[in-house]
Amino acid sequence: MKAILTTIGKDQVGIIAGVSHFLAEKEINISDVSQTIMNGYFTMMMMVEIQNEKTDFAVLSQQLDELGKQLGVEIKVRREEIYDAMHQL
Amino acid sequence: METEKIKETIHMISDENLDVRTITMGISLLDCIDSDSDVACKRIYEKITTKAKHLVEVGHQIEIEYGIPIINKRISVTPISIIAAASNDKDYFKYAQTLDKAAKVLGVNFIGGFSALVQKGYQTGDLKLIRSLPQVLAETELVCASVNVGSTRSGINMDAVAEMGKIIKQASERSFMSNTKLVVFCNAVEDNPFMAGAFHGVGERDTVINVGVSGPGVVKHALEKVKGSSMDVVAETIKQTAFKVTRMGQLVGTIASERLGVPFGIVDLSLAPTPAVGDSVAQILEEIGLEKVGTHGTTAALALLNDAVKKGGIMACSHVGGLSGAFIPVSEDAGMIDGVNSGSLNIEKLEAMTAVCSVGLDMIAIPGKTPAETISAMIADEAAIGMINNKTTAVRVLPIQGKDVGETVEFGGLLGYAPVMAVNNASSAAMIHRGGLIPAPIHSFKN
Repeated sequence: MKAILTTIGKDQVGIIAGVSHFLAEKEINISDVSQTIMNGYFTMMMMVEIQNEKTDFAVLSQQLDELGKQLGVEIKVRREEIYDAMHQL
Repeated sequence: METEKIKETIHMISDENLDVRTITMGISLLDCIDSDSDVACKRIYEKITTKAKHLVEVGHQIEIEYGIPIINKRISVTPISIIAAASNDKDYFKYAQTLDKAAKVLGVNFIGGFSALVQKGYQTGDLKLIRSLPQVLAETELVCASVNVGSTRSGINMDAVAEMGKIIKQASERSFMSNTKLVVFCNAVEDNPFMAGAFHGVGERDTVINVGVSGPGVVKHALEKVKGSSMDVVAETIKQTAFKVTRMGQLVGTIASERLGVPFGIVDLSLAPTPAVGDSVAQILEEIGLEKVGTHGTTAALALLNDAVKKGGIMACSHVGGLSGAFIPVSEDAGMIDGVNSGSLNIEKLEAMTAVCSVGLDMIAIPGKTPAETISAMIADEAAIGMINNKTTAVRVLPIQGKDVGETVEFGGLLGYAPVMAVNNASSAAMIHRGGLIPAPIHSFKN
């Protein structure tokens, strides 16, 4: 399944490294990435591919919450369809 | 990746209180009818707990995977007055207890359908159900009730209107919370996912998933960007926003229906406020350009809002239904409460607003000493607006024993708090005591 992972928070050293290291460990592939700094806030969006059979979405969300706390940012993962649904017919 | 769109969606959910207000599973109980009420209740319990076994779990899964809050998971059932009519029970409390127990076991927020449809008269079970209401509302937790007293096609049953005034009064004497779970309708709809008025109509499929969206905060935020623009721009902005909000509801409903193996019924395009800051319908009206909700111009602004929400939403989903419009409850909307406290909003203005919005006099606290006949007369006025205008109207007024105008009552949670509002003190008793039926209006004869 495709999902969008968003990371938002105060910029500091090691955010990209922390997130991508976590994803690599979970064998989650990053297929696209976009990152900017808006008003001093680090904003990163990643499109990722999650293998359904291996991953429990609830556990993944919780682990990303915890990782976010360690890195001082907010990390959310949502299935891609919600973004498509809202903006196109 | 279209990052701007992703940002917009996240912003709506995180900062503007966008949510799916409810996933409601409608379940027909027609196949549970039995002349022995114990047998009927056993069947009802089994059917509900089987059909809705995974409702809450699937709701949670969707919340986690899609990151959209789903505030309520609910059940609506066939009006119990029809189901219980075959039994010889003196009252229908047992049926309500069964619904309450099933709802608690499943972990749903509410179960609706302790209802009677009496717009033209009473069948065997109707009056028994109505007279069970004070006990049911006080002694069950999750059971919601509704009574339809009028319709455009059949007129207004003034005997039922008189009865409901007494029932509301009696219910308020048992507990001030009772009437938060009771709605008196004209032109009730059969696929409404919103409480307290949800029931599963007899013309519906056996089981169905209906979804109610929300998002007053999102609409208000969008309007902040078009300050000073013409009303055309306001309408267009609301339409575009409603489209996006509704798409979310359509997606959630489709997924829930697939995972539960239950057909998807309708999306109810409603703007349902909560007491949370920034989740208010009143504040949308104020954003359109009113200093305080309730002042002159409020009805016009609400008419535009209600219509634009429908126009935007209708293209965004496969089937529209339910109440579909802006809700204007007082206690559940921080802006409405402010309006009342500032003296700008009163019951008379709220009544005018109900002619152009989704429902009616909703969550309005009134003095406990208000006579039953006055409550009945409020119901009659609302029913008349619904009957003549071919729309749903409803009354959920809350007489608060021991409290008078100017005092405040706290309901808690999504129900918020309400200032006790003044009612007209002149008597309507002689009219209510007449009883009978107000005939259907001439424009209902369309065949």
